[in-house]
Amino acid sequence: MSLAPSMTTTNEKQFIGTRQPRLEDEVLLRGQGRYGDEVPTPPGTLYAAIVRSPHPHARLKAVDSSRALEMDGVHGVLTGEDVRQWALPFPVGVRQPMEHWCLAVDKVRYVGEPVAVVIAENRYLAEDALSGVTVDYETLPVAVDTEFAIESGAAILHEKVGGNVVSDRTFRYGDPETAFAEADRQVSIKVRFPRSSCMPIECYVVLAQFDPANSAFDITSNFQGPYALHSVMCRALQVPANRLRLRTPPESGGSFGIKQGVFPYVVMMGLAARKVGAPVKWVEDRLEHLQGASSGTNRVSTLEAAVTREGRVTALRLDQLDDCGAYLRAPEPATTYRMHGNLTGAYAIRNLAVRNRIVMTNKTPTGLNRGFGGPQVYFPLERLMQRIAVELDLDPLDVIRTNLVPKGAFPYRSAAGSLLDSGDYPAGLEKGVREGGLEELIQRRDEARREGRYYGIGYTAAVEPSISNMGYITMAFTPEERKRAGPKNGAVSTATISVDPLGSVSVHVSSTPQGQGHQTVAAQIVAETLGVPLESISVNVELDTGKDAWSIASGNYSSRFSGAVAGAVYKAALKVRARLAALAAEQWNIDSDDIRFSEGRVYVEGTDQSSSFHRLAGATHWSPGTTPQSEPGGLRETAFWTPPELEAPGDDELINSSLCYGFIFDYCGVEIDAITGAVRIDRYVTLHDAGRMLNPQLVDGQIRGGFAQALGAALMEEFVYGADGNFQSGTLADYLIPTSVEVPEPVILHMETPSPFTPLGAKGVGEGNNMSTPVCIANAVADALETRDVELPLTPSKVRILMGIEEPPRPEGVGEPETEATASSGSRLRARDSVELPGTPNEVFDALLNPQTLAAIIPGCHGLEMTGENEYRADVTVGVGMIRARFDARVSLHDLNPPDSLQLRGYGSSAMGSAEAFATVTLTALEGNRTRLDYDYEATVGGRIASVGGRMLQSASKMIIGQVFSRFSRRMGGGTSRFLFLQRLWQRIRALLTGKGGPS
Amino acid sequence: MHLKADTRHRVTVTLNGRERAGYAEPRTLLSDFLRHELGATGTRVGCEHGVCGACTVLVDGRASRSCLMLAVQAQGRDLQTVESLAREETLNDLQQAFRKHHALQCGFCTAGILISSTEFLTRVSRPTETQVRDMLSGHLCRCTGYTGIVNAILEVAETRDHEVSGPTDKEQENNNV
Amino acid sequence: MKPATFDYTRPGTRREACDLLHEFGDDARLIAGGQSLMAVLNMRFAQPGLLIDIAGIQDLHYIEDRGDYLAVGAGITQAELLEHPGLAEKVPLLAQAMPWIGHAQTRNRGTVCGSIAHADPSAELPLCLTALGGEVVLEARKGKTRKLPAHEFFQGILTTAKRTDELITEVRFPLGQGNERYRFREVSMRHGDFAIVALAVRICGDRTDLTVGGVADRPVRRSMTGNDARASWLNHFAWSLNAQDDAHASAVYRRHLVRELGSRLIDECSAQKDDTHAPQG
Ligand SMILES: Cc1cc2nc3c(=O)[nH]c(=O)nc-3n(C[C@@H](O)[C@H](O)[C@H](O)COP(=O)(O)OP(=O)(O)OC[C@H]3O[C@@H](n4cnc5c(N)ncnc54)[C@H](O)[C@@H]3O)c2cc1C
Ligand code: FES
Ligand code: FES
Repeated sequence: MSLAPSMTTTNEKQFIGTRQPRLEDEVLLRGQGRYGDEVPTPPGTLYAAIVRSPHPHARLKAVDSSRALEMDGVHGVLTGEDVRQWALPFPVGVRQPMEHWCLAVDKVRYVGEPVAVVIAENRYLAEDALSGVTVDYETLPVAVDTEFAIESGAAILHEKVGGNVVSDRTFRYGDPETAFAEADRQVSIKVRFPRSSCMPIECYVVLAQFDPANSAFDITSNFQGPYALHSVMCRALQVPANRLRLRTPPESGGSFGIKQGVFPYVVMMGLAARKVGAPVKWVEDRLEHLQGASSGTNRVSTLEAAVTREGRVTALRLDQLDDCGAYLRAPEPATTYRMHGNLTGAYAIRNLAVRNRIVMTNKTPTGLNRGFGGPQVYFPLERLMQRIAVELDLDPLDVIRTNLVPKGAFPYRSAAGSLLDSGDYPAGLEKGVREGGLEELIQRRDEARREGRYYGIGYTAAVEPSISNMGYITMAFTPEERKRAGPKNGAVSTATISVDPLGSVSVHVSSTPQGQGHQTVAAQIVAETLGVPLESISVNVELDTGKDAWSIASGNYSSRFSGAVAGAVYKAALKVRARLAALAAEQWNIDSDDIRFSEGRVYVEGTDQSSSFHRLAGATHWSPGTTPQSEPGGLRETAFWTPPELEAPGDDELINSSLCYGFIFDYCGVEIDAITGAVRIDRYVTLHDAGRMLNPQLVDGQIRGGFAQALGAALMEEFVYGADGNFQSGTLADYLIPTSVEVPEPVILHMETPSPFTPLGAKGVGEGNNMSTPVCIANAVADALETRDVELPLTPSKVRILMGIEEPPRPEGVGEPETEATASSGSRLRARDSVELPGTPNEVFDALLNPQTLAAIIPGCHGLEMTGENEYRADVTVGVGMIRARFDARVSLHDLNPPDSLQLRGYGSSAMGSAEAFATVTLTALEGNRTRLDYDYEATVGGRIASVGGRMLQSASKMIIGQVFSRFSRRMGGGTSRFLFLQRLWQRIRALLTGKGGPS
Repeated sequence: MHLKADTRHRVTVTLNGRERAGYAEPRTLLSDFLRHELGATGTRVGCEHGVCGACTVLVDGRASRSCLMLAVQAQGRDLQTVESLAREETLNDLQQAFRKHHALQCGFCTAGILISSTEFLTRVSRPTETQVRDMLSGHLCRCTGYTGIVNAILEVAETRDHEVSGPTDKEQENNNV
Repeated sequence: MKPATFDYTRPGTRREACDLLHEFGDDARLIAGGQSLMAVLNMRFAQPGLLIDIAGIQDLHYIEDRGDYLAVGAGITQAELLEHPGLAEKVPLLAQAMPWIGHAQTRNRGTVCGSIAHADPSAELPLCLTALGGEVVLEARKGKTRKLPAHEFFQGILTTAKRTDELITEVRFPLGQGNERYRFREVSMRHGDFAIVALAVRICGDRTDLTVGGVADRPVRRSMTGNDARASWLNHFAWSLNAQDDAHASAVYRRHLVRELGSRLIDECSAQKDDTHAPQG
């Protein structure tokens, strides 16, 4: 155990562990931050826009960019063909014959998948030319629902794999069979964890250059690491690693894991730059981000516990079905294995059986997302603990108490191999109970319940892993496969400190921060170790793989900064300190251990031996001849640090998936509105033991931020897909991020049990609430409603329906019967209606076959051209209100059965998306030479229109289809106007008669 | 006035107290004009559909989404962006309070929030927390959980109010900063 | 997300604006506050050839108390109306409902008439206009004007009786009578979001009006008299709106809110004495 000696002497100034305002802030507050979009562009830079698939699943038949190439300011279009010629697919994390290219080459597999890149003089022109790329798709059946996708008969995304399950592994630790056989009780639960993302406010940015002389790429992007993906990009670009210089801008507008997903675009824009022979810049917009960037993995889990009468869990059986979307994009299936070692959470459960299946569906590929793998594990696990309490009639808190890893057991090797480094979980729990005021909450609940209000309390205990073992990803392989591939393990971190000839200190870390204040913390450590003023230190966090010290574990993920990177900073500072101390020791002829560093001076306590820091350090540059022989001159130290505890998994399949494990204990009281079903958080208490806190203010900042994101995941955020695979959360008015009004202030409590494995005793603290909070809130709701089946996000609508709505029946003749359209069937609308027309069915039928009639009745039809018998092509502009989309439409008539029925089909595509409708038309003769036309239709809308128009789509489709037939009626001379007039008249009469309402 | 599409027109605005001119097509968004034509990159862009608030600037003193405005609509108007807040050496009181209360992490949302708060504090002198949160609901921050932001704004409101009703020499002092 | 190309013009008078509308027809779009239109342009869901900015028309910038109604000109932003002195006494429903429209930052530019013209079925102002039985004043070329009551003006989702060559010059909100009481409530996913269901109750003597937004394709008002059995009346109302599911709320839930929240709101409104002190939301 190596704790910082900073605490060695009292008069060396302390910075570590204090609340320091951030060094980053001044620049940011002035608006001077340089984020991805502010990185200077080379002269002649061109701008990219991406053609994306409106279909969830389709074969690419042809991509024709000729029209785009003729458009203003367009310099080129990159297509799958170029990509096939210059690049390779990305390496995949499982052994399966499946390919993921940076642009679709054979099929598209999710809405928003990139198909081509238009490169033009500015973004406006590039977007103009998107409509000039014509893509011919042959749509395919979809696999959307995770459980359905594994059934035989489901549409297959990657045909060569032969199914949608691309990895199926089982693990067994201890003796679960016996434990289950001997158990007093078994409790099980099946839950679904939905898709969401911690979505940063800054989107992806890539600025790419290609140097043909050296076949090298120089690309700046707000990528966050892990730099293991640098190798993945190099493979795809077919260059050695020193021919892909990847740089990051000084500032990043947040990431939370999501910016990892920019890497396919790094490759894509590199190729785009190659294509046009000029630098290419791409700034992702929010619509692109929402539909196509990245997502957390959704999981279906079935958990069974073997339990004693007292609520002690003796064994767990887990079945995890992880939906990684359309491609297994590196580092997936990491979501599944990041938590593998600590699948038993904060509990001492010795017997464990696990089955992990990775499933492909027609959704956006998944990737890193703050809390990575954590909420997917804790949601079922902590729901299960709550169910054990309910089913065994125990206090849920007691069930947690009974199962916690006991005090004094640390370091504790969990069933699946995690070495829980330090902690005192029972003490943490009791502290939380005491200081968070649990008793008061329980009183509040009792009182509320007496008054008939819905109030519940939920608990969560969790461990928060940090500093990932690079070896955990190989758990997707069998031990034999791992052996063949060679061992992977560890987590190298680096830091460099240099002191220039004038004695000022610069620090460089390869941690690519995204707002967490790494600069401040690094400066705190260096200021304390070298005794120089905090403000005088310059910390550079831009990463340039062409110049800087980095390794595959570099980057900003798995909360690795405080534990690992800060440790490397500290190691580097110690190296510098040791060199300077040796120098001074020689000059003053004393033992270097007596030398102190503080307030810009290097001195020996109690003597007048003293030198200014800059003078002493300057000597290494100005007069290396006078320094001791051991002193090489110049002053720059790089430290690499890797913890030995992170071993590669062995044949026993044990994996210490992370280096540190913090402890979290959360509980909350929620009240649910009896009418609206809205969940109000009365109080949320969160206790963290993240080892030693390097800057408590920043720790609290991390907790609050993570909590707000988790609250969003619990109550409102979800990437919604219709059963048809259409994406429905396309704007920030559909994908709902909590605002200041929705986020309450949590009660934050701390405990500090230093980690024995990190240089400063710190552990990660960035992700805890993302793991613990969603289930804590869900447990409280389950308690309030005394229900079992809580599903996230707990929207008012969902919660209220869970409470039971006893709906009085629809009064006869009121409203329309429910259509089959539901939120889950997505943008598909099915309905029927009718119009009355003058003329006999024969006349009406003939009219419908007449192209002129068709041209006249299709709203916004400009020119209809016959392409075959009863087949037409038309240019159609339709919309509602201010919204208009121009479609290249095909219209055809089928199943002609004169004069009784026919089918009318329409399909339209545009840069905005696609629309398809089938209407079965039946004609019935009425008296007086009139005909009733009944139409029964189904309409589907896809692409951008479907993803942003959700709220209004059904009404809009209905209105537009209605227009077709009312126009027909008018054209037949029936005059809808007369029809409408009669209808209105009738409404008036009815209103008068019943006294109910006017025309509405 | 009829401005042709596809043509760049001269647009003159008062930006942070100085007259500035640049060229814009009718369709150029004010956010793009500010950032790329006038170089005022402190204003950020996070959604271009009016929800996130990152692009908020003052237009004639009122907080407005610059992604929902055309550059040509700003002709002759007074615009104020985050760059106007600090003096040469010192951050203004609001910026300082943001720093003190750890009201920012990545800082991407910050410019918009500072700008909205600037207008808000001139309109509401002693706001309640509810009022502050209500005003802030027009901004998305993904990093902070909002606590620091709310506290910073409340503190500035209180100090300013105190200063206004406090002794004149204190005001004097304040003006000299 | 950048708009397609368009010409831009800023006429100085209503007449000019109407002439342009006449000339360019459906290829032209009026822009007022841009808080709905700009997002749609950025997404390229609208690609007009000409944008007519009405911000330059000085004589549309007024709020006038005309005795029995408050006239709000097309130049008035939502913030300006909300800040209008005495609004809470004159049109109490507006004072209650308007803080729910988006956010301070969007109300600073979004206009009152723009919201009416846009006719979003979940929007607060169309709901208020319908609840109060207000009117929309339209003007076409050669000073031709017409006046439409709210229930004739709103015709469906984003669809109104306004013709392409017409400009809304003003909307008229009837002034509150002393003997009326109002209550507004909205359920939305987040603060400032469009309503899942929005309700406005007006009670005047033995007549109760309930207006519902967010459920049907436009706001709908119904009156209940003392003789109606409330529960079945509400159920009838709820089903008549043809509620639909979307990603955030189901049709069942929407109907439930019309019945239950509607009933609660009517109770609250009846119990309330002096309207001007009604809580906002
Ligand atoms: C983040 C956000 C949240 C929002 N939340 C809500 C909400 O909760 N509730 C709500 O009601 N609204 C909400 N809105 C929309 C609202 O702010 C808009 O202001 C309003 O719908 C339109 O007004 P506008 O002046 O901005 O109109 P514009 O966007 O300029 O125009 C809208 C439409 O009306 C037409 N139009 C405008 N003025 C006239 C006129 N005088 N005559 C004829 N036609 C005209 C235009 O041609 C256009 O078709 C929100 C907007 C945003 C960005
Ligand atoms: S960028 Fe303007 S509000 Fe998001
Ligand atoms: S500080 Fe990062 S979004 Fe607010």
